[in-house]
Amino acid sequence: MRVLAAMSGGVDSALAAALALEAGHEVVGVHMALARERAQMRTGSRGCCSIEDAGDARRAADVLGIPYYVWDLSETFEETVVADFLAEYAAGRTPNPCVRCNEHVKFDTLLDKATALGFDAVATGHYARIVETDGRRELHRSPNTDKDQSYVLAVMGSERLARSIFPLGGFTSKADVRAEAARRGLGVSTKPDSYDICFVADGDTQGFLRSRLGSQPGEILDESGQVVGEHDGAYAYTVGQRRGLHLGRPAPDGRPRYVLEVRTGTNQVIVGAAELLTVDRVTGDGTVWLADDVDASGGIEAEVQVRAHGAPVPAVVTRTGTGLVADLTGTRLRGVAAGQSLVVYRGTRVLGQATVTSAGRRAASAGATSAVGIGR
Amino acid sequence: MTPPAYLDHAATTPMSPAAVAAYTEQLAIAGNPSSLHTAGRAARRVVEEARESIAASLGARPSEVVLTAGGTEADNLAIKGLFWARRTGHPERTRVLVSAVEHHAVLDPAFWLAEHAGAEIVLLPVDATGRLDLDALGAELAAHAEETALVSVMWANNEIGTVQPVADVVRLAHAHGVPVHCDAVQAAGILPVDFGASGLDAMTVTAHKLGGPVGVGALVVGRTVDLVPVLHGGGQERGVRSGTLDAAGARAFAVALAEVVAARDVEAARLAALRDELVTGVLARVPDATLRGPALDARTDDGGVARLPGNAHLTFDGCEGDSLLYLLDSAGVEASTGSACQAGVPQPSHVLLALGLTEHEARGALRFSFGATSTSADVARVLDVLPGVVERARAAGLASPARRSVPTGPAAVGGAA
Repeated sequence: MRVLAAMSGGVDSALAAALALEAGHEVVGVHMALARERAQMRTGSRGCCSIEDAGDARRAADVLGIPYYVWDLSETFEETVVADFLAEYAAGRTPNPCVRCNEHVKFDTLLDKATALGFDAVATGHYARIVETDGRRELHRSPNTDKDQSYVLAVMGSERLARSIFPLGGFTSKADVRAEAARRGLGVSTKPDSYDICFVADGDTQGFLRSRLGSQPGEILDESGQVVGEHDGAYAYTVGQRRGLHLGRPAPDGRPRYVLEVRTGTNQVIVGAAELLTVDRVTGDGTVWLADDVDASGGIEAEVQVRAHGAPVPAVVTRTGTGLVADLTGTRLRGVAAGQSLVVYRGTRVLGQATVTSAGRRAASAGATSAVGIGR
Repeated sequence: MTPPAYLDHAATTPMSPAAVAAYTEQLAIAGNPSSLHTAGRAARRVVEEARESIAASLGARPSEVVLTAGGTEADNLAIKGLFWARRTGHPERTRVLVSAVEHHAVLDPAFWLAEHAGAEIVLLPVDATGRLDLDALGAELAAHAEETALVSVMWANNEIGTVQPVADVVRLAHAHGVPVHCDAVQAAGILPVDFGASGLDAMTVTAHKLGGPVGVGALVVGRTVDLVPVLHGGGQERGVRSGTLDAAGARAFAVALAEVVAARDVEAARLAALRDELVTGVLARVPDATLRGPALDARTDDGGVARLPGNAHLTFDGCEGDSLLYLLDSAGVEASTGSACQAGVPQPSHVLLALGLTEHEARGALRFSFGATSTSADVARVLDVLPGVVERARAAGLASPARRSVPTGPAAVGGAA
């Protein structure tokens, strides 16, 4: 096959390109230039897309002896990831930019351009497995549970899955990946992992939001409507957040308070006790269903996960048109925010995903979600 | 597989065998040309013989050849050195006049002076073929003669091959007492470049564009022209360019330059014929291909060619330059978009934008540049693969971000210039 290896400049994608090459594919490396402002030489664990990263990707391609190109996808990235990130926070939701990047940049623009140029597949360094069963391609968790990225890949859907390969899918530890990269002479084998949102260079998401959305002072209320503090922009708060509230008045019971709700209409943040965050029904929309062989229209038993590194919890999942409802049957979830991705698993297999629109308690009043939820 | 067709001589040329022989022989001989002992004197002699040869090839005096580590350094020395020298005692001379299609090695030092040294940059417009608007230059000089530090206009453009009216530039500028620098990197060795006859005050040349090694070039500077040094140190090269002299580089440069100058007119005709065959063939085979720069048979007022003989520059509507490059490379053709990259990211060419192209039109650019090793087999290879390459790149262009996003202005609208 002719394979386009997306090379970020990190060790994972470099080894993925190497493994695709060793599997006998004809491989071309492509580095996606995503940041508008590229005149920065960053080191350490922060972000990606610096000049240093582009150079590291080029060097890895050189070591492998494959052609290397830089594709400028900064326009798409700005429009579909950064702008979405800001708009979602401004609307009081909690977006996952990595999901949007996979949805709109890596497994859409990049993949389509690669296909048009004659490539059969795009290889990335993601930690997830593609399993072929009965002619089906299924997306599964990586056996490396710490690094598993199936959560952020679920959005890609079946058709795109068919044009993707994840050569690191079988690796059980990052140390093995580093060792294999070192064995091949790839200098990035010792490069630190990146963790933060790549376009928030210093890791200060609140600062980034404030610089882009401006200061919007408002009130912080408790669940009884009493003013307990002030904020500089409701958009900067996330349901479930505890730190950084700077409340002037302690709670009457002295227990920590959490963000229960972000009301962007009135620019208010509602805080309260932890147990008020607990939900047992999560509703999503914009469903992408990867398992054509599993019909969830009548409700199926599965597990759902709402955070990249959260634990899956059992649920009855029902598809309703483009929507998805998960009724949690065991452990309840805390602090589920609109905008997060709701990913449905059965064992290690990803069945589908949706974007959370609301979460609450189904038992509160005759089947309706409670007022304490995060409905908008 | 047959070796690839290398059609990127404007980026760098293969070294000529004679230059390689001279270079490698000299590399094995120790000696600092500034040392006074026997080895030093031997090295000095090599450098000075090279300087005399280079000067003879370019119509200059040996003392006018300031050896540098290449074209970029020579351009920086010319722009900054002339600016600072001209301002000494004349703080009002802040204006730097450069054509809008100059190489970054001229534009960037000029903009650096604007940011850090109080310069005011005037970008002189060009016509649709890339030729300097002499009326605009004349008007700027007439209105601001006293405040003008220097003029810099290239001999021939590296992207679209346009030959500039250097003699007219010199005549206009000198009428106002303003010195002129000319980047002749692309022209030397293929056009009749004669420093003395040109009347220029400073002229940049570099070895690796004409069969010599990378890392050696020269700024040819008139004997009466004042220049403030950029590199300070041991005081070599009339005190304007310190640094240990590169005897091997100078010798190989001289050998390569003498070779191309001796073969110049015959080679220019040969390259022009190859170039014409390529352009005519592409225009016949590929719909929506447009030749940029002067027409193939265009002539200057003095009867010379209006376009570099080895230069073909085409745009392909709806294609991305990097897609074209990739597809050509995998088909065994090595070409260029012709424009500079920033961290490897293709930027719309400032040269094409200066011609009046939209960003959309400027995206699908390809430059084929011929040189000593080029043959008609190279042309045949391009004509064989290019139609399929363009078709595929066009399909990929439809998938590219620029075409997907909501049109926001003229850049998103197609159409020929």
